[in-house]
Amino acid sequence: MKFTFKGGIHPYEGKELTEDKDVKEYLPKGDMVYPLSQHIGAPAKPVVKKGDRVLVGQLIAEAGGFVSANIHSSVSGTVKVIENRLTSSGSKVNSIVIENDGQFEEADFATNAISKPLNELTKEEILEAIKSAGVVGMGGAGFPTHVKLSPKEPDKIDTIIVNASECEPYLTSDYRRIIDEADKVIGGLEIVLTMFPGAKGIIGIEDNKPKAIKLLKEKLAGRTDIIVNALKTKYPEGAERQLIYANTGRYINSNMLPADAGCIVHNVDTVYAIYEAVREGRPLIDRLVTVSGDAITEPTNFVVRMGTSYKELIEAAGGFKGTPDKVIAGGPMMGKAIYELDLPATKSSSAILCMSKDEVAEYEPSACIRCGRCVDVCPGRVMPNALANAVERDDMDTFMSLNGMECCECGCCSYICPAKRHLTQTIAGARKLVLASRKK
Amino acid sequence: MDVMSIVIAAAVIGAVGILAAVLLGIASEKFKVEVDPKEEAVREVLPGNNCGGCGYPGCDGLAAAIAKGEAKPDACPVGGPEVAEKIAQIVGGEVSATKKVAYVKCAGNCEKAKDAYQYVGPQDCRIASNSPGAGPKACSYGCMGYGSCVKACQFGAISIIDGIAVVDKDKCKSCGMCVAACPRNIIEMVPYDAGAKVQCNSKDFGKDVKAACSVGCIGCGICAKNCPEGAITVEGFLAKVDYSKCTGCGTCKEKCPVKVIE
Repeated sequence: MKFTFKGGIHPYEGKELTEDKDVKEYLPKGDMVYPLSQHIGAPAKPVVKKGDRVLVGQLIAEAGGFVSANIHSSVSGTVKVIENRLTSSGSKVNSIVIENDGQFEEADFATNAISKPLNELTKEEILEAIKSAGVVGMGGAGFPTHVKLSPKEPDKIDTIIVNASECEPYLTSDYRRIIDEADKVIGGLEIVLTMFPGAKGIIGIEDNKPKAIKLLKEKLAGRTDIIVNALKTKYPEGAERQLIYANTGRYINSNMLPADAGCIVHNVDTVYAIYEAVREGRPLIDRLVTVSGDAITEPTNFVVRMGTSYKELIEAAGGFKGTPDKVIAGGPMMGKAIYELDLPATKSSSAILCMSKDEVAEYEPSACIRCGRCVDVCPGRVMPNALANAVERDDMDTFMSLNGMECCECGCCSYICPAKRHLTQTIAGARKLVLASRKK
Repeated sequence: MDVMSIVIAAAVIGAVGILAAVLLGIASEKFKVEVDPKEEAVREVLPGNNCGGCGYPGCDGLAAAIAKGEAKPDACPVGGPEVAEKIAQIVGGEVSATKKVAYVKCAGNCEKAKDAYQYVGPQDCRIASNSPGAGPKACSYGCMGYGSCVKACQFGAISIIDGIAVVDKDKCKSCGMCVAACPRNIIEMVPYDAGAKVQCNSKDFGKDVKAACSVGCIGCGICAKNCPEGAITVEGFLAKVDYSKCTGCGTCKEKCPVKVIE
């Protein structure tokens, strides 16, 4: 195993801004906003109404279907209103707004904790605990974890991969989670492994995090059921398909799920949340968020309660240094630029990056010079130049015949393009059109 | 060179030619494809743009469909009432007489509508509509002006003027390609001589509309109350005109507080 994949790029990492700083817990002051769609699937249904008093960890919206997730309050206070609010995706989503009373009075969720030894835990118990805690994939997509852990053919799953590669520049929240809570991360993976007897656990981590690798290897010394793979540092090592290939040598395409290759992939924060849900009965109400970038006074990792406004987090990190030119929700490669700061942190908010210079807007795109560098770096093994040309002349048949749907929108082609063409954006736009026409 | 060889070659080729001509002549009589004379007549009348606006593969496809009775005589959107009438004379059937044209339901040009942020990327509405807020315009229903409809129009009837698409209704052949191209579904087919048209597509609450654009329909309902024909209804904070009832009296235009009806 080479622990890498074809293509990829080496952008400036920017991790030194936050990686050695202690994580701070941030207690929100203002109103909390809980969008009912923080996950993939059906929106959750509110179970509280205006004027109700809620406690920390209390269920405020229940899953609206099998592929959906529960949402819990992360503060104590009263429900102010249920209305459409702007989220970091840029669209308005029906949300529960809770007026925070600043008491942080906790509901009694510790009674749900299951303290049985690992070998006595049943699959149903674990799934139920995860489902009621509202755990979703915290790497960015927000796919409900209990659905991911119920594959059609569970016997075929032979590998559980914990994605600790954190290949996006600037982000260090997963790294801090491992350094601070390695036992709970391993504990979470052990719980998942009990559900799939015979499966092997792999923690895939990029080799630019030697301290974390050393720590994990020490903790797992002498164990054969969980191994730590030091992967080559390269973006997008943490993309699901590339991660599976680097760790197992199995290749999947856009029509397949990781389960088709016998794998289930979880983010570090997700396995941590699984541990807390099962062992402490604690619902998913907070997560680590990296607030970083060169326009932030004190880049820091925060333990953020869901629903906290980005504005408060930026203030907590010392506010802006100068005027930021661009603020991004998520990592710089795949995150979305935001144009309004009063947005709630959700289950899939991994970072807030504030840049003093908008490096994308600085260059005018020019014609393709046919150098082929985008083809070289594309981890999806497609030809971004040809795909973008096809989209520009509205030729969707060519787009499909060149396997345009294999694009994972990682952004490597746009990053490397010397002509500064908007390759990823163009291809991503066409993919959305194709997906939308399939739904019809 | 021997003259005879040239003569022989010419004779052989000539003989083969005559033989082939006779065979082809017999074959064309024997294996003749029966073409409905109606279909040919209809095809003669159709404009021949092959734009596909009717939904059939070109004018030949539509002519066949009309001759078989699968499509109505007025199925060609480009030809308009004159062509429809001629076709109706050939195949029989009735024609609806109104000519329809495309209409962009947005008046929020650069000056009147605000942008939420600066957009960097391909100048194409369908791609821009994937950026946060479904595009940089503060109003998520309005025309973005990147011209996907301009590219789709084969008749040069649409142009971007001051940041929004404007249809030249005399050039419009009502093929409907722009209606399909617009990611925000702003373009609607309206009667050529429609008396009152609502120049807004925003289904937002009045306050939000006001915040994004100075000429947006706020859904106040004054037009609906004052229309003597009862042709205007307000659905989801947006006025809608029933063109079959509208007489073009102009009362709504006078009463509208934001002057969004033209």
